[in-house]
Amino acid sequence: MQSETTTPQAVTVRTPQGEDGAQAPAVLLRDIRHDFGDLHVLAGLTLEVAAGETVALVGPSGCGKSTLLEIACGLQRPSSGTVAATPAALVPQRDALLPWADALDNAALPLRLQHVTRAEARRRAEPLLAELGLSGFERARPAQLSGGMRQRVAFARALLTGRDVLCLDEPFGALDAITRAEIHRWLAGALAVQPRTVLLVTHDIEEALVLADRVCVLSPRPARIVAELAVAGARPRDPADPALIALRRQALEALRAC
Amino acid sequence: MLSAVIVLALLGAWELYVQLGSVDELLLPAPSAIVTALVDERALLWSNFTVTATEVGLGILLALAVGLLLAVGLHLSKTAHRAIYPLLVASVALPIPVIAPLLVVWFGYDLGPKVVIVALVAFFPIVVVTLGALSSTDSELLRVLRSMDATRWQRLRFAELPAAVPAAVSGAKIAVAVAVMGAVFAEYAGSEAGLGHMILQSIPQLETARAWAAVVVLATFAISLVALLAIVERRLRATHSPTPRGLS
Ligand SMILES: Nc1ncnc2c1ncn2[C@@H]1O[C@H](COP(=O)(O)OP(=O)(O)OP(=O)(O)O)[C@@H](O)[C@H]1O
Ligand SMILES: [Mg+2]
Repeated sequence: MQSETTTPQAVTVRTPQGEDGAQAPAVLLRDIRHDFGDLHVLAGLTLEVAAGETVALVGPSGCGKSTLLEIACGLQRPSSGTVAATPAALVPQRDALLPWADALDNAALPLRLQHVTRAEARRRAEPLLAELGLSGFERARPAQLSGGMRQRVAFARALLTGRDVLCLDEPFGALDAITRAEIHRWLAGALAVQPRTVLLVTHDIEEALVLADRVCVLSPRPARIVAELAVAGARPRDPADPALIALRRQALEALRAC
Repeated sequence: MLSAVIVLALLGAWELYVQLGSVDELLLPAPSAIVTALVDERALLWSNFTVTATEVGLGILLALAVGLLLAVGLHLSKTAHRAIYPLLVASVALPIPVIAPLLVVWFGYDLGPKVVIVALVAFFPIVVVTLGALSSTDSELLRVLRSMDATRWQRLRFAELPAAVPAAVSGAKIAVAVAVMGAVFAEYAGSEAGLGHMILQSIPQLETARAWAAVVVLATFAISLVALLAIVERRLRATHSPTPRGLS
C-alpha cells in the first residue's frame, strides 16, 4: 500500500491504518517532494505527527509551508512521496470566508455541508463564536470584521468540521498580542478537554513554542526540515520561561544557519 | 441635468424644423404631433404595448432560466464548454431579421415564436455574464469547501450560485435592448398585434405620428425594464454581498 522505496509517483492514503494495534500517526508525510514547474518547493520532507500532538512549522516566507499543509490536507498531490493522513480541517492563510454570509453562517458552513438545517447549524455555532470573543458580531459580514475577527471565524469553521486533525496556516497572524494570548489560552484549554492533532504554520516562533509539542524549522526553498525542537511543559506556556527563551534562540540560530 | 437640456434643445430644433415646413409632416411628424398621437391613440397603444411587453417579458424570463442552466452546465463540464461556447459566440452573428420569418413559419403567428426569438437574442449576454461570475469564484474558498468534503453540488450551492444569480440578472439587463429589438423584428415577420406590428401598419396608412408614438412607448418600456432589472439585481446582491445589516 505504501511504498518504502522512493517512487516517482505520489502515493496518497487518506486514512492510515494502525498496524499490530500500534497507534498510527495522524499525519504521515514521507519524503515529500513538490515542484511547481521549475520551482522546487519541497525537497524531500518527512514529517510524522502522532494523534493528539501539536507540531508547529516555522520557516522563511515562501519556503513552502502552505504547500506542505495543502499536501497534508489532501488538497494537493505532491510531485513524489507518500502521504497518509486522517482527514483534516484547514484554516487557510487567507481566511476564505463567504463574503455574502454573516459570521455565524460562515462558521456553521461545515454543519450545513453535513445537511444540518440552517437554523440548527447557527444555533450550534453560536456558543463557539462567543468563546472566541466574537459575541455581538454573529450577524456581521466578513467585510465588516477586522482581519483578526475573520481569522477567528475561519478557525471556528475549522473546529466545527469536527475533524480530529487541524491544519492551521498562520491562523492568528492578524491578532493583537492580547487577543492572541487569549486565543492561545483558549486553544490550549480546548485541546486539553478534547485532544486533537494540530499542524500549525506560524511566523511567530514564540507562538510555536507556547502551543506546540514540537517545532520543525524549515529551510528556505526548496524546503527541508533543518531542526526539530521538542518543547516540554503544560500549555499554554509562559513565553518568559527561561527554557523557552533558550529554545527560541536555538530556533533562530537554525533559521539563520540555512 | 445637462443631458435634459440637450434633449430639450434637440426636440425644439426638430419641432422648429417641421413647423417651418422644411419637411413633409407625413415623413417626419413634429414632436407635438407625436405627443398628440400618444394621447389620442392611448387605448390602441396600450393594447399593443401589452402584447409586446408580454413577448419581451416572457422571452427574457425564458432566456434567464435556460441561460442560467446552460451557464452552470458549461461551468461544470469542460467538454460542454469547449463544444458549446463557440456556438454561443457564433449565435451573436445570427441575423434576427432574416431568421425571424423562418421561425414564424415554423411556430406560427402567435406568442410562441416571438418569445423564442426574444429569448434567442437575450440568451448570449446572460450566459456570458453568468459564466464569468461562476468562474471567478474565489479559488481558495473552493479549496476550503473541498477540504470539508463538499460535493460538487454543495460547492455550487454555497459558493458559486450566490454570485451567479445576480450576475444572470445583470446579463438580462444588458440583453434588454436586443430583446426589444428582437420582439419588433419578430412582429415585423408576421403578427396580428404588438408595437412592432403597429409601426408596420401605420406607415402605409400614412399615420406616421402614430408610428412614432409607438416608438416612444417602446423606448420608454425598454428603459423602465432596465431600471426594474437593476433594482432586482441590487436586491439579490444585497442578500449576497458585504453590506451592513444587523450590526449596530
Ligand atoms: N499554485 C502554485 N503555482 C505555482 N507556484 C506556486 C503555487 N503555490 C505556491 N507557489 C510557489 O511556491 C512557493 C511556496 O509557496 P507557499 O505558499 O507554500 O509558501 P509559504 O511558506 O506558505 O509562504 P508564506 O510564509 O509567505 O505564506 C512560493 O514561491 C510560491 O510562489
Ligand atoms: Mg503560506
